[in-house]
Order: sequence, then structure tokens, then C-alpha cells
Amino acid sequence: MSSADASASAEADSEPWRSEDPVRPTAVRGFGDRVFRWQLTAAGVTVLAIMAAVGVFLLLRATAALKVTGFSFLTTAQWQPDVHHFGIAAVLTGTLLIALVAVAVSFPLALGTALFISDVAPRGLRRTLVAMVDLMAAVPSVVYGLWGLFFLQTHVIGLSRWLSQWLGWIPFLHVDGAQPGEPLASSSVYTASTFVAGLVVALMVAPIQCSVMREVFAQAPLGEREGAYALGATRWGVIRAVVLPYGRGGMIGGTMLGLGRALGETIAVYLIISPVFTIQPHILQTGANSVSSLIALHYGDASDFGMSALMAAGLALFLLTLAVNFTASSVVARSRSGAQSEA
Amino acid sequence: MQDVEDSPVVAVADGIAEEAVVPDPPDQPRRIGGLSRTGVLSLCGAAASGLCIAILLFGQLAPLSGAFGFTVVAYATFLTVYAVLTGLEEDGPAIRDKVMTVVLWSAASVLFSGLVLVVGFTLWRGREALPHWNFFTQDMQAAGPLDPLSNGGIAHAMLGTLIMISIALAITVPLGLACAVYLNQIPGAFSRFVRTIVEAMTALPSIVAGLMVYATWILGLGLQKSGLAAGFAISVMMLPIVIRAADVVLRLVPGTLTEAAEALGAPRWRTVWHVILPTARSGLATAVILGTARGIGETSPVLLTAGFTAALNADPTAGPMISLPLAVFSFVKSPEPTMIARGFGAAAVLMALVLVLFTIARLIGGRGAGHRSKGQARRAARASRRDVQRFDDLHAPALPLFDGENH
Repeated sequence: MSSADASASAEADSEPWRSEDPVRPTAVRGFGDRVFRWQLTAAGVTVLAIMAAVGVFLLLRATAALKVTGFSFLTTAQWQPDVHHFGIAAVLTGTLLIALVAVAVSFPLALGTALFISDVAPRGLRRTLVAMVDLMAAVPSVVYGLWGLFFLQTHVIGLSRWLSQWLGWIPFLHVDGAQPGEPLASSSVYTASTFVAGLVVALMVAPIQCSVMREVFAQAPLGEREGAYALGATRWGVIRAVVLPYGRGGMIGGTMLGLGRALGETIAVYLIISPVFTIQPHILQTGANSVSSLIALHYGDASDFGMSALMAAGLALFLLTLAVNFTASSVVARSRSGAQSEA
Repeated sequence: MQDVEDSPVVAVADGIAEEAVVPDPPDQPRRIGGLSRTGVLSLCGAAASGLCIAILLFGQLAPLSGAFGFTVVAYATFLTVYAVLTGLEEDGPAIRDKVMTVVLWSAASVLFSGLVLVVGFTLWRGREALPHWNFFTQDMQAAGPLDPLSNGGIAHAMLGTLIMISIALAITVPLGLACAVYLNQIPGAFSRFVRTIVEAMTALPSIVAGLMVYATWILGLGLQKSGLAAGFAISVMMLPIVIRAADVVLRLVPGTLTEAAEALGAPRWRTVWHVILPTARSGLATAVILGTARGIGETSPVLLTAGFTAALNADPTAGPMISLPLAVFSFVKSPEPTMIARGFGAAAVLMALVLVLFTIARLIGGRGAGHRSKGQARRAARASRRDVQRFDDLHAPALPLFDGENH
């Protein structure tokens, strides 16, 4: 029997069998698989429920306070819930200012470090540097707070004085009660300020921004980089022409993720600032406040209604960070698809 | 370019005659990166002149003062001088490249020196409390604020941290990993929705997590503040972090491995259990450990849900419990120097704990899914040899002699 015959007969044998019962390459879903799928879905639903519960319970607890104040909750700068005179105007401004200072300081640092790791640093050093950035993100916030309170604060007074002396004409850098020409003037007007808190928070959020940016920069297409080098570009030329345009989404998204983290920071801010309940636009001046440190400060001695008011403040913070973070992750996700490198 | 066009004129000047007589210099490949002698020299020269000009301005000539202004002036001078020195030899793009390289180096060194300062300062200030052995074995029940460091310690906070993080891990690890597998294995509109929510929740302010547990557990159910509540609060905060990291790792498992398992007819749960999870094991462990490091350091959820205590409490279900970060927080709020020293000691212990966890995570992780360490490769080879042996043994007696006995 020749091989041709054999294959022909095999063909003849298999042909009717295949047409009657086509073998589809799908795994059989047995009982075990169905149970498995149900378990996994249950886990997903549980996680979703926990995350939804955060918002729902805050809202439930906050309704009592929100009913009393209504819209003025957003415009009142005082915090006296027991006489029904309270609002988050001051603390929300403080939160935003601290976060803005933090992002303004951390953005150049994070961008520089991310570019350094992705393009400039010696190859052998890169893994170590990435690990160091990750470690920086894992350092507990209370440790940053300690450092800010006992180390940075005393060293930053000179900087604050210098800024207010030379740039005090810019409204938000003005400091009441400062005596610029007087070397022996009290330095206490410069401590416990938005600026100091912002600097500490900047160190805490920089690693998050840096790792997001680095990830996006590392994905910049190798072909385009090499093309730029082949055309005679310098390393900075490649960064300008390829890496930065490609990574723009990651830069925006990473910065906003850092902003979201900065808005929610509690303990470091609580340790550093001295709380005030007025809108404090002078960032170098002592006294500031944030929503999270307000909660940490008042939860202990709050009445039932005061607790409800704190829950409302927490809800506002929650919604704010959620909005910032949703925007950030959608920007990052869009940049990862590489859609921008085509343009 | 300029040199070549001007060559007849320039050739007269004897200083650069050698350059000019070459009519069309061959293209030199551009040096990108790497050290050269002139580069190092101009860097040193620029640094020296930056420093000198700043000292001159601040000490003698101008009424400037302050360390910050000094740094700014010195750095600006340094950059300018460096640009000028580089410009003596190189063209415009190269100058920009060199200057920006220096700027990137300085940005990275500022950030990393910040990290070194934070860690170093904490460990340095912790040196007063750490040599006392009782610091690790006693609680603060018998020690007042004025007592010396040889009395009282943070044993209660260490135990509390251990208990709280165990509770949080007991919740987070199974639930988080199952959810990550769900996101990977059962794609669809709903799992995309879950993923979006989880990603948005990674930036959940930790105090909001504490507030939520406070609202449900303490105000809603009327239970007292306890270690259990703090464990819940920490796990609410840790869950999204662990899920997200595990999700990324699971996505990296090579598709060929799962396809091979499916082709052999394995049901999905066996594929996940025997192929996907073992392949991603090191990455998953890293995700869990990094989440743990973050959870251990959280103060504000614990602050709201655990309460303060100076006594050792090993029962998470009843009575207040304290954790290391919360102990640091309460110690340093005291004006007494010994209490502040205790706070730094506790912070140093916490920092050491995070460092150890981080090192472990780097040691077992750090490799992509499917890449094995040498030991793992050896073990796999040994197992595979055993399997070959087993198959051989199975087939060896398959002689007609024993055929009857098998049936």
C-alpha cells in the first residue's frame, strides 16, 4: 500500500466524520469551571461592593449635616458644627493649595528623574534607581511627616524668608508681619505653613509621578529613537523629538495621579501645619489646613452631628480625589495605546 | 559647516590652520553620552567657577544672603559657565544636550538625596532609643512621659502592627488575588467596569478608608474601636493596590503557556491553578509584599478606628490597639524630648520593617513572569528528569510477560 493510497483513504475516512461533528477548539466547561467562574465573579462583585460602600456610607452619614447647611457647606470657612455654622471653603482651599505646591515642586523633579532613568542613567544603575523610586513610594507617610517637622521645617525658614523678601510683591508669596530687612526678626511667621507641608507632600508624591512617567517614556518606540539618532540628533534631541511628545499623556496622567495622592495626604500635613479656619492664600505664612487633617483633628471630640459634618467633608474629599484620579487614569490609558505617537 | 565655507579666510590664522586646511572633513559620528577629558574638565571648571562667583557675590560684592539664594546663584552660574565652556568646541544641539544632561542629573540627585535624607534622618534620630533593649520588650503602661528611655517601649505597638497587618492580609490576599484573576480570566463589560473602579480607588485617601470603617463598624454596628476595625480599614486601603499590581503581573503571563494548557484539554480552573498562578508567583508575591509595606505605614485609618492604648493588647476583637505609625504619631505630639526620642525609635523600627519587606520583594520579584532563577530552573529540571524516569518505569514493564497481570 503506497503512502498516497493511505492518505487518500484516511482523507476519505475522516471527511464525513469532520463534516458531521466539527471539533471546535474550545475547552469543555465542566462543573468545576462553572464553580470557578462563579467564585471569581463573586470576588469581583465583593471588591466592587466594598468600594461602592465607601461612597454610600459616607453619603448616608453625611446627609444629616448636608441637609442643615445645604449649599453654604461649600462657601463657609468656619468649622463650628455644634452651632450649625460650618463649611469646607477654608479647608478645601488649603487642601488645594498644599497639593498645588506639592505638584509644582514634584513635577520637575519627577520628570527629570524619569527622563534620567529612562535615557541618561548608566544602564547598570537603572534597576537600582527604579527600586529606589519604588522604595520612596513605600516609605510611610508618618516618617515623611517626622522628617518635615523636625528637619525640613528648621532648614526651610531661610528659603521662605528669601522668597518673601525678594518675591513678596507677588500676592500669594506675601507674609504678614515679616520684616524682610531685619536679620533677627522672628522666624516663627514662616513655620507650619502651606509651603512646608507642600514640600513634604511633594517628596511623597514624586515617586508615583516618576514611575508613571518612566513607564510611558520606556515605551517610546525604539525605531523612532534610533531614527532620530541616525539623523544626527543628540540625546536631548531624541528626548525632545521622540520621548516627550510620545510620553505627554503619561506626564499629564502621572502628574494628576500625584495630585490625587497629594489631596488625600493626612498625617504629614497634620503634623506640620498649625490649623487655621480662614482662607489662607499666603502660602509662606504660618497656618494652613486641609480636609483630611480637619477630620483627623476633630473626629475625637465630635458630637453626633459634628461627626456627620466630618463625614460630609470626607465625602467632598473622596469625590474630589475620585474625579482627579479618573481623569488621570483615562489620560494614562489613552497614552499607553500609542495613539499619540502616530500624530 | 561654518568652518568649511570660511576655510580660505580662516586658513590665514595659524591657530586653527590644521582644521581649516581639510576641505571636507569626513563625517564624525556624534558622541552621545560617555565621558571625555574635556567634558570632565569643563564640568569641574564650571563647578569651581559657580562656587567661587557665588561666594564672591554673597561674601563680598552684593548684599545677598541665605543658603537658598547661594545655591540658586551658584547653580545658575555653573550652568552658564558650563554652556560657554562646551560651546568652545561643540555646536548648538550638543551644548543643549550637555546642559540638559547636567540638569537631569541634578533633578535625579535632588530626589534621591531627599530619600536618603528622610531615611537617614529617621534612623539617625532613632539611635537614642534603639540601644535600649527594653524598648523592644516593654509597653508604655508603666512609663510616664518623664521617664528615661530605660523604661518603657513599643512592644505593644509592634504586636498591634503585626496583628492588624495579619488581619488585613487575611482579607486582602485571597480577595485581591481572586479579583485580579477575575479581571484577567473573565473579560467582559462588567470586569472592565470593576477594573476602572479599582484603578480609581488606588488613590483613595487613607483617611476616607478609615472614615468608612468608622461609619459602618463603630457608628453603624455600635462596636467599639479595636484592632479588627483597624485591620478592616487597612484592607480597604490595600485592596486596590494589591489588585492593580497583581492584575499587571497576571497580564504578563505568556499566552503560549495558557494555550498549551487549553490544548491539552485542561479546564479553565486547572489552567489558572496549575499554570497561570505558579508562573506569576514571584510577581504576585511582590504585589502582596509591596501592598503590605504600604499598609503597615498607614496611620490615619488606624487613628480613626483603633484608639490609643499604652498597654499590650493581644486581642484584636476587644479593646483599643495601637500600631507603630500611630505610636510614632502619638509620641511626637508630646513636648518631652524622651517621648520624641521614642517616636523616632519607633519610626526607625517601622522604616526598618518596610526596608526588609522591600528587600524581600526585590529578591523574589524583580523578574518577569515566566523567567526563572537558577535554583528554580534546577528544580524544574530535576522534576522533569523524575517525570522521565517515572514514564520510563511505567513503560518498562509493559512487556508481554506482565501484560496479563495488568488486566
